[in-house]
Amino acid sequence: MTPNPEVPNPYVGGDRSREVSDPGSRLPREEWWRTLDELADDPAFRDRLYNEFPSEIEAIADPVARRTFLKLMGASMALAGVTACTRQPAEKIVPYVRQPEEIVPGRPLFYATAMPLGGVVTGLLVESHEGRPTKIEGNPLHPGSLGASDVFAQAAVLGLYDPDRSQTLTNLGDIRPWSAFLGTIRAALSAQQPLKGAGLRLLTESVSSPTLAAQIHEALERFPAAKWHQWDPASHDNARAGAKLAFGEYLDAQYLLDGADIIVALDADFLACGPGALRYARDFSARRRPERADRMNRLYAFESMPTSTGSRADHRLPLAPREIERTAHALAAAIGIRPADSATALGVSPALQKTLTAVAKDLQAHRGASLVIAGDGQPPAVHALAHAMNDALGNVGRTVVYTSTVEAAPVDQAQSLRDLVADMNAGRVDLLLIVGGNPAYTAPADLKIADAMAKVATRVHLSLYDDETSALCHWQIPEAHFLEAWSDGRAYDGTVSIIQPLIAPLYGGKSAHELLAAMSDRPERSGYDIVREHWQRERAGGQTAGTGASRPAPPRPEFDQDWRRWLHDGVVPDTKLAAKTVTVRTDAIARFEPGANRATQSGVEVCFRNDPSTLDGRFANNGWLQELPKPISRLTWDNAVFVSPAMAERLKFDNTPSWQGGEHGQILASVVEIRYRGRTVKGPVFPLPGHPDNCATIHLGYGRTRAGHVGTGAGFNANAIRTSDALWSGAGGEIVTTGDTFSLACTQYHHLMEGRGMVRAVTRDEFEKNPRSIHEGHEEPARTMTLYPEHQYEGYKWGMSIDVNACIGCNACVVGCQAENNIPVIGKDQVLRGREMHWIRVDSYYRGPADQPETYFQPVPCMHCENAPCEPVCPVGATVHSDEGLNDMVYNRCVGTRYCSNNCPYKVRRFNFLLYQDWNTPSLKLMRNPDVSVRSRGVMEKCTYCVQRINAAKIDAEKADRRVADGEIKTACQQACPADAIIFGDLNDPKSRVAQLQAETRNYSLLADLNTRPRTTYLAAVRNVNPELGD
Amino acid sequence: MSQIFHRSANTIARVSIFGAVFFVAGLLGLLAQINRSPWVTQARVAREQPIQFSHERHVAGNGLDCRYCHTSVEDSPFAGIPPTKTCMNCHSQIFSASPYLEPVRLSFRTDRPIAWTRVHDLPDFVYFNHSIHVNKGVGCTTCHGQVDRMPLMWQEQSLQMEWCLDCHRNPERYVRPREAVFRVDYVPPANQAELGRRLVADYHIQKLTSCSTCHR
Amino acid sequence: MAEHFVPVEDPPSAGLGTPPVIAPGYTFGTVTDKISAIVLTRKTPRGWYVGFGIAFLLTMVLLVSVSYLLVEGIGIWGNNQPVGWAFEITNFVWWIGIGHAGTLISAILLLLRQTWRTSINRFAEAMTLFAVACAGLFPALHTGRPWLDYWLLPYPNTMGIWPQFRSPIMWDVFAVSTYATVSFLFWFVGLLPDLATLRDRSQSKVGRFVYGLLAMGWRGSARHWHQYDTAYLLLAGLATPLVVSVHTVVSFDFAVAIVPGWHTTIFPPYFVAGAIYSGFAMVLTLAIPIRAVYGLEDFITTRHLENMAKVMLVTGLIVAYGYTVEAFIAWYSGNAYEGFMIWNRITGPYRSLYWALLFCNVLTPQVLWFRRVRKYAPGLFVVSLIVNVGMWLERFVIVVTSLHRDFLPSSWGMYRPTIWDWGTYVGTIGLFVALLLLFLRFLPMISIFEMRTILPAAKVDEDVREDLRVI
Repeated sequence: MTPNPEVPNPYVGGDRSREVSDPGSRLPREEWWRTLDELADDPAFRDRLYNEFPSEIEAIADPVARRTFLKLMGASMALAGVTACTRQPAEKIVPYVRQPEEIVPGRPLFYATAMPLGGVVTGLLVESHEGRPTKIEGNPLHPGSLGASDVFAQAAVLGLYDPDRSQTLTNLGDIRPWSAFLGTIRAALSAQQPLKGAGLRLLTESVSSPTLAAQIHEALERFPAAKWHQWDPASHDNARAGAKLAFGEYLDAQYLLDGADIIVALDADFLACGPGALRYARDFSARRRPERADRMNRLYAFESMPTSTGSRADHRLPLAPREIERTAHALAAAIGIRPADSATALGVSPALQKTLTAVAKDLQAHRGASLVIAGDGQPPAVHALAHAMNDALGNVGRTVVYTSTVEAAPVDQAQSLRDLVADMNAGRVDLLLIVGGNPAYTAPADLKIADAMAKVATRVHLSLYDDETSALCHWQIPEAHFLEAWSDGRAYDGTVSIIQPLIAPLYGGKSAHELLAAMSDRPERSGYDIVREHWQRERAGGQTAGTGASRPAPPRPEFDQDWRRWLHDGVVPDTKLAAKTVTVRTDAIARFEPGANRATQSGVEVCFRNDPSTLDGRFANNGWLQELPKPISRLTWDNAVFVSPAMAERLKFDNTPSWQGGEHGQILASVVEIRYRGRTVKGPVFPLPGHPDNCATIHLGYGRTRAGHVGTGAGFNANAIRTSDALWSGAGGEIVTTGDTFSLACTQYHHLMEGRGMVRAVTRDEFEKNPRSIHEGHEEPARTMTLYPEHQYEGYKWGMSIDVNACIGCNACVVGCQAENNIPVIGKDQVLRGREMHWIRVDSYYRGPADQPETYFQPVPCMHCENAPCEPVCPVGATVHSDEGLNDMVYNRCVGTRYCSNNCPYKVRRFNFLLYQDWNTPSLKLMRNPDVSVRSRGVMEKCTYCVQRINAAKIDAEKADRRVADGEIKTACQQACPADAIIFGDLNDPKSRVAQLQAETRNYSLLADLNTRPRTTYLAAVRNVNPELGD
Repeated sequence: MSQIFHRSANTIARVSIFGAVFFVAGLLGLLAQINRSPWVTQARVAREQPIQFSHERHVAGNGLDCRYCHTSVEDSPFAGIPPTKTCMNCHSQIFSASPYLEPVRLSFRTDRPIAWTRVHDLPDFVYFNHSIHVNKGVGCTTCHGQVDRMPLMWQEQSLQMEWCLDCHRNPERYVRPREAVFRVDYVPPANQAELGRRLVADYHIQKLTSCSTCHR
Repeated sequence: MAEHFVPVEDPPSAGLGTPPVIAPGYTFGTVTDKISAIVLTRKTPRGWYVGFGIAFLLTMVLLVSVSYLLVEGIGIWGNNQPVGWAFEITNFVWWIGIGHAGTLISAILLLLRQTWRTSINRFAEAMTLFAVACAGLFPALHTGRPWLDYWLLPYPNTMGIWPQFRSPIMWDVFAVSTYATVSFLFWFVGLLPDLATLRDRSQSKVGRFVYGLLAMGWRGSARHWHQYDTAYLLLAGLATPLVVSVHTVVSFDFAVAIVPGWHTTIFPPYFVAGAIYSGFAMVLTLAIPIRAVYGLEDFITTRHLENMAKVMLVTGLIVAYGYTVEAFIAWYSGNAYEGFMIWNRITGPYRSLYWALLFCNVLTPQVLWFRRVRKYAPGLFVVSLIVNVGMWLERFVIVVTSLHRDFLPSSWGMYRPTIWDWGTYVGTIGLFVALLLLFLRFLPMISIFEMRTILPAAKVDEDVREDLRVI
């Protein structure tokens, strides 16, 4: 190893290094720290960490029981294989009878469709192999995607093939045919006919599908007395109500971040969740390039739960939601929307006031190029204030535009659900149709929806899973996955996409359209006809005559062409909603008082947030998402009670790295009880740096009881204490320890850099003064410092550049990689043992004080070193250097000595300690990418730079006798990334994007001093701090 | 004290000691041979098929071009097995009543595909791409042999890695002009060595011996 | 040719106090009787049965552990990311190390004409064989797909490729297999004359047949002796470099890697010394009880114990030096990773093991400075046991604590052995003991003919044979 004089005194251990200073990093070493206890330098913590060698032997918890005969057979087969004289069993090969002309066997096809979520759709391109959708990418033509995608879209294929999906239409548990259901429903409806449907209730999630809306309206025409309720836990009540407060009508705000120099986020995680997040992330990161310092934007974030957005902020202030509300008022006052005199009355601390003055000044200085965004967690008043501020700052029309809502029929959903429950309790409901959603689980506890539903004569539930709600319904109808059914929807900006199916329903599922058709007079119409006819009519002139009433006009030829183009492009042109000119009711807003809507201000404030992986629980049974380390906390398979380090200190909570996995693997967390408004729930506590004090955040979406094999029993149910009057946060909570501990599976519990400069960060000033400042103290040894001859790369020379400054830690790359490369899910037990399989991981590092740290994300795939330490040590040559500098991993040659992994300084190699792949479940076989080997037990695997994509592109280029063009190959992680943080390409081509990025001064290699010469390099982070506020 | 062993024991001992060495060596040699034998590789072993389809008849007899049935060979990794429809193009006219072809007609009637026995079956961890080989001047017969002389299809080559590598390491020995790729009667000219070198240059054929060329 | 049969006078330095290598009063006949009787006539002590019973059970534990391992995979062990190697490699190095004493005693001491070796070399060599057998199990089984281990062998395969000759694991394959072969031949050749003796003295027909078969027609003719000497010397010459080479190569597994705590040039000498250290410790651990049980105090005298103790003391000091240099260089190199590694050993989660190993390997052997201790069998026994444990700990510390916190803190983790890790380890100990007990029961544990040569009377015998040669 190359001695590096720049790194600090060797006799400094993990827990001590904060005491010395590192010339290597730009900042005093004490700023790089590790875990909270470590920062506190708590001796007890050190004792725990330096525990005795465990004498007791734990019985292996691994579910050996499951692995039965088949595996024994497998093993003995393998042993028989020792002679190598075993023949392959004869295979059958089955051609089509009549081959569809568009299909060329062996070549995938891509179709455009869209994924509906939370009332908006995101455009997708889906890869299909002989009719099997295998991989989802964003649709570059779609305004809400621009080619990027989020974890939910990436994981949707697993959702499609999930063997736990509801597979049969059941009535009280008995399997029934669709016709039987039709009989019942029509009978029930005809009974409602005379009552004008007074006993009929329809409960949906937020509806953005014009067709579905039209169908519902039609149904309501036929049953005027019937009611339509909407409840979508992933929805945006506060935003809606805020708009109503500000403008007197429901409007959607769309942000134009490419025009925003100064952005203030009030508890808004606009980069990672909510409508348009993908687009916002792209526009935001496009303005974070220090090479164009003049265009660099500045983000102030006031937030409670640390989020991706907060981590990217140049100034982040952790505040409890109620404080953020005050802050909003104070900021409004500073800008001059509300009387300044009241600013003091707001009870904002002087320090905060000082910050706000600076922020306000910054905003004023950038009139028309600034932006204030309020988050869903904040009460309507704050949204209204944000609108008012944008208005006052002249941002409306420049950085924010207001349009009529994307949702077909916006309502106050909490109220809507409350009304439904009231009606049910009053016995006014005879027939309840629940179209999608899982209200029995997601409804706030105070509504007691289960009891209410019991009073309904006929209850029908259309859903993907036989879930908590289905259990309370007479009829459970398997819903068609969005990849299985025709539909349509609007993007965050209103652009319409036609959702076309990629595969016929696996389990004969029905779409919402087909269910509603059952209420019309043409019950048997296919989803395709319904959607197509709707748009035909729209184009014909949009007179909304009842779908059933008027026969569709004869298809006009140009419509056919249009339709084909819509399907091909994935977007319907010119359907973007037009910007409205709005007038803000400033006077009314000026009279708002903070906390007006809050019952109490005392006690611990409990915040509810949708989970970054399972959202509101709808993805609870998706193994990819369950095993996905959540941003920052790197927690998998569970939710937790996130509190501030100080609070944990006060209440004597702790998290201990344990003996199994330790800092990377098992964390022993103390279990606490949350007492909140007369209800209680227990959960493991997780002290999170940067979390505001006297405030606890718990994620929804866990504690499912009927999710499926994967999701059932994971985590605890936050809905159990959630009330409908304070959906996102409420004061008056109390937290007490129970003395129990609980094992959390955490893939990183060590956020200190030990002065090894993994993430290099400087401020904009420092960077402008001396761009090379990020390299100070990090020297690369001479190329010649190796025993082996240097490789020559005549043809291509693949490399990757990852921009630490752009990465928002959204994890899209991780799931994208998992989907592309057939990476198995291994389960909580194995993660506890520190054996997770992700080929790319997003390490997170903290800098600064525990209560207010800066957070950095660093995606780490294989570095594809030119002097790869793994290559010479493999005895069988299963990992070798390719002509193009790829570090090839040959699964079929690997015997599994694990030597390469030991010798990999980046620890990016993943070993199949057991048979992790599911080789039996048929539906999962359909899901796999046929271009990537499915690894078996006992072999090493790792990131390949998506070599299957490289080869495919190269072969096409070769056939055309040309070179692969720059950007022609996108790795799965790169393609998914909304922030454009990952760039892959040919380093031998000086004009390629990656070559240019690696030529930038910000470019640096991870652990460069080891002379491994990584092909994957990083761009240092540069923070655009406000000089007035300092660093 | 009586003799425990007969005198011959001495010779036996000597023989067995030296014999053992050769025996073991022979055994290993045999194993190596078995591994390369048709018994393992299935090379040149004709496979039973649901239909007695004869390449000889169709190629040599009727002079069909490979691509008539294996349509995707030029632009897909997979050469393609003809759908029943392709068979019926002709056999709805000729031999339309032949009992041999009943399975074909059945398949066409009932929309049930014909399940052929796979002849060339590479391991699942090998990613072979027909199109690039064909485009780079590797002839069908180079790997598949004289299909026009195969009444029942068999695999001509061992399909073992050393066989693949032989060509990947020295392509010039095997490549032929692009126009001759689909000719079943093509015989390498006397000046193959010289021709091969030229083609390798013209077609920019690389010696792709990186593992990821075939294994992913 | 037969020089080495000439007994070497005790070095004057040894002085009067030095006990002889064989108690006075023995004749050729009595020596032969006493040793061969253990195998042929004497009743097997109950202790043997008890010991064998336990050893057999442990061997069964090994069997179960290994079968389960083959069915399930490495995952049943505690290994994880980042700790890819743990118990299995620790045990491998430990066992190989133990083997070394045997070869050293039989080969090097032979060439150095140390007569005191004669009464212990036989079972020391046996110990070597069995230790190597146990050691061999681990690298073979620790791979993810053990049924493909033969891919490590360079042979003309149908894949048309060769193994990676740059990999230390490849070198291991050669080193260990050579070592096993040579040790076996050496041991077997050494046995020949005694097998013949047993053949001639055995009462049972079966005994005569089996021993006869193994004796390969040894008749003790001058020609036999002549060729025997040649072969034995050649093998000794062959085995000598192996003592050094094998553990050097084993140490390369670590030294060649870049892992802080592995990547060290001191490893080869330090590993070899450690090997001999642990080897002698094991010889003592075995010799002392055996000597007591079979009443062989006359043959394995305090002289032997003392000499072995001295060797332990020396090698122990070398090992201690190794530890020191390791720590010193870590600091002196100014390399942060190295420095942190040592710091982590001293104060990290596994620090108790590090301190324990220092106690076992550095502190404990210091008592051997005292002659009284060196002569006091029970005391030596305890010391040797402690050193055995210490050497195992040393390997564990090197393997695990280096891996569990290497370069990127985000990947740092802990290793914790599972019941199967223990099962496999304890199992091999069972196997080792079982084999050893069988050896004690059915083969002469002390070389009969070589013992005869160190009798005073042997001198005469020598002359006679010399004369015979002349004729």
